[in-house]
Amino acid sequence: MSIEVRIPTILRPFTKDQKVVAANGASLNALITDLDTQFPGIGDRLLENGALRRFINIYINDEDVRFLGGLDAQIKDGDSVTILPAVAGG
Amino acid sequence: MSLTISRAFVDAIVEQSRAEYPDECCGVILGPAGSGVASRLKAMVNAAHSPTFYEFDPKDLLALYREVDDKYEEIVVIYHSHTETEAYPSRTDIAYAGEPGAHYVLVSSREEIAPAIEFRSYRIIDGVVTEEEVSITD
Repeated sequence: MSIEVRIPTILRPFTKDQKVVAANGASLNALITDLDTQFPGIGDRLLENGALRRFINIYINDEDVRFLGGLDAQIKDGDSVTILPAVAGG
Repeated sequence: MSLTISRAFVDAIVEQSRAEYPDECCGVILGPAGSGVASRLKAMVNAAHSPTFYEFDPKDLLALYREVDDKYEEIVVIYHSHTETEAYPSRTDIAYAGEPGAHYVLVSSREEIAPAIEFRSYRIIDGVVTEEEVSITD
């Protein structure tokens, strides 16, 4: 199973500047583990103390993973995952 | 480093900051991919509806990036207003700045300078803030 993952500009230093990468995983948690194996360090930019970082948004197709069970969100063949940093501040 | 922006966009951002006061307002200016030219202003909803915080709604954020990709554009400017403090990036602005290629524009409409408005632009890269010149064209 290969899932297309879109990487935001700020994380492309981890992916040798690739905008789209392929990863495997039946859940978001597994997918992030695979991403971090391929691109060491990227997992730490997505997770904090084992939970999704508040100001990183991850989508499966068009849906925010927060509404799909977070790290337990299921991913199936043909889905695409998009990672976007929040645009936020004070 | 500098930002070139039209008078019409400056006026539109200032107007939006007044209309949404006391909440912070926010938005982007897009341009053709790779051009760095600020050519299309898109006001965004501050999902935080707060005088001290702004955040694009996650759904709007995805739609924005899809639109930018579909139209071969890039995000040239990310702007927001400060309603009580100067137009300088706050600690949270710096912590969450996620677009190293964008100009971060801050507008301040705080009371002690009224009716004047502060309009300033920065690069925020890896936690380092660099102010840049703003040149306004007619």
